[in-house]
Amino acid sequence: MFKKEKLEEIAENEKRWRQTTLPKWLSTRPERKPTFKNTSEFEIKRVYTPLDTADLDYIRDLGFPGEYPFTRGVHATMYRGRLWTMRQFSGFGTAEQTNQRFKFLLKEGETGLSIAFDYPTIMGYDSDHPMARGEVGKCGVAVSSLKDMEVLFDGIPLDKVTTSMTINGPAAMLLAMYIAVGDKQGVPREKLGGTTQNDMLKEFFAQKLCIFPPRPSVKLVTDIIEYCARHLPKWNPISISGYHIREAGANAVQELAFTLYDGITYVESTLERGLKVDDFAPRLSFFFASHNDFFEEIAKFRAARRLWAKIMKERFHAKNPRSLWMRMHVQTSGCTLTAQQPLNNIIRVTLQALAAVLGGTQSLHTNSFDEALALPSELAVRVALRTQQIIAYESGVANTIDPLAGSYYVEALTNEMEEKAMEYIQKIDDMGGIYAAIEKGFFQREIANSAYKYQTEIDSKERILVGVNDYTVEEKEMETIPILKIDPKVEEEQIARLQKLKNERDNHKVKQVLEKLHYMAEKNENLMPTIIEAVKAYATLGEICNVLRAVYGEYRELIII
Amino acid sequence: MSSERKIRVLIAKPGLDSHDRGAKIVARALRDAGMEVIYTGLRQTPEQIVETVLQEDVDVLGLSILSGAHMALFPRIMELMQKKGLTDVLVFAGGIIPDEDVPHIKKMGIKEVFGPGTPLETIIEFVRKNAPRRI
Repeated sequence: MFKKEKLEEIAENEKRWRQTTLPKWLSTRPERKPTFKNTSEFEIKRVYTPLDTADLDYIRDLGFPGEYPFTRGVHATMYRGRLWTMRQFSGFGTAEQTNQRFKFLLKEGETGLSIAFDYPTIMGYDSDHPMARGEVGKCGVAVSSLKDMEVLFDGIPLDKVTTSMTINGPAAMLLAMYIAVGDKQGVPREKLGGTTQNDMLKEFFAQKLCIFPPRPSVKLVTDIIEYCARHLPKWNPISISGYHIREAGANAVQELAFTLYDGITYVESTLERGLKVDDFAPRLSFFFASHNDFFEEIAKFRAARRLWAKIMKERFHAKNPRSLWMRMHVQTSGCTLTAQQPLNNIIRVTLQALAAVLGGTQSLHTNSFDEALALPSELAVRVALRTQQIIAYESGVANTIDPLAGSYYVEALTNEMEEKAMEYIQKIDDMGGIYAAIEKGFFQREIANSAYKYQTEIDSKERILVGVNDYTVEEKEMETIPILKIDPKVEEEQIARLQKLKNERDNHKVKQVLEKLHYMAEKNENLMPTIIEAVKAYATLGEICNVLRAVYGEYRELIII
Repeated sequence: MSSERKIRVLIAKPGLDSHDRGAKIVARALRDAGMEVIYTGLRQTPEQIVETVLQEDVDVLGLSILSGAHMALFPRIMELMQKKGLTDVLVFAGGIIPDEDVPHIKKMGIKEVFGPGTPLETIIEFVRKNAPRRI
């Protein structure tokens, strides 16, 4: 971005500075560490100058907001037009309790709902399954049938909210239930807005909540993408997620690269259905973590947009500009939050949320400060939401688009993030693609190594965590903050409701539709229409998953320490 | 010293949650500290865990859980350990476990509960100090 002569002049001055001014300071005031690094192992330079962005071509590499390569944002007006969606993930106990929490959040000014399901639901078990013992309603809401979904959205018109569902293995069943609730409310399917996470690939190496083996899992993912492309135009069928990859221990560049590779695989699997890339690519969405290293995160978000746009254009020849957009949801990083001095987490979340906003996210979840202790209390959720509102309305950072563009450091870091992610993508291509890499344990090993390294850095105090390995206090602050407790009665109530349903529904009809599902699965048809039929007959989640377990088999974890 | 066998440890994940980052790091740290470590993988029932303790003849059992189901699953595990006569096995736990549950957990015979932020060295030292010595 500078003329050649100017760059030469800067280079000469840099050399002079390095040889004269700097040594004097280093001798009296040596640096704190021999090298400074971010989580991605990039060595951070002492100071960045125009020399570090000498090759940057403004039009080619940054461009304008809403234009290729979208480094500066996917929309031309960004937050000046509309602020990001403030979306707090929530769900616990029974459908009634979560319904109440939803109504509380809507009243507090939240603009989109986000459902957390409990582990039995996520794993495709009904609440009365032996594996569900002790888990019902603990880490999310229990949904075993359409009955529960009807209660969950009681009094919430589906054409007035958008809903994000964190569900993967049984995504098709939960989306089918949502569609069924919409049908009952009289909301046309083309008006249903929201997102199903529906990203199974990252489950095999990061979150590890898998029901079926990788290939049938991706088949179901693709069924949803295809069905939505044809019938649910406002639904984001998938949220291609780096969040869990990061939380499992990956560093920023691994998070970026592995997520993009998952995205590439879904595009390929959908193209195989005969859809054109521009028929579905505009509705693909992404989900990233925002961790502690402020500039590393901002660079990651910017590089992610640019890289995805290039991949869609060059690898898949997309023509529609919307196919090139990487729209993202960001969540602050749960694994950075500490049980020690939990109020400090409010500050961590603020910094991480600010990085997400400066990185140009479309939607944001801020974690609650009590996350390392329990599910969030109402007080903690409110503070988390207020954090976003303060950034949005008081800080002024939303007044201009991509304000850090042109920073020598941020641009150099964005470039490095893109290059290193591209190297990983090339490596996975060379390994034979995603399935081969999963089978070899490549991702699992990369993530486990990074996680172990991070922990040893904390233990050796190479990495300081305030309140954990330095600046510790004796007394326990956590005793003074209220903790949300799940009543063990939830499990009993939920099981009773399920029993009642099984007695009252038309069991003959359920049997018929499950047989049809088995047949359709064996024929390798798109299963969405039949699953909608099944949930409407009040077949339970567990029953539907069992049919598919019989056809596809169950996934067995590859254990890598 | 040479007649003393290495400490054998089983790191187990009861419950349905899949947060295995901590379990794996602890497994690796204990292994790097010279112990023999087996990791069960995710979603083990109490029955499966106790069966593995028995089959693998371990000295130490580490339970990692972050789903909140510990008060439902730990008693069952400890009850089965008792039944199988595995009372000399050192049992410890880690994960997201509220403080007020800790006294109850210790009463079941689980020797220690390590919360988030525990240095690996603390866990290694604990295991070294408390593992039953066997020839």
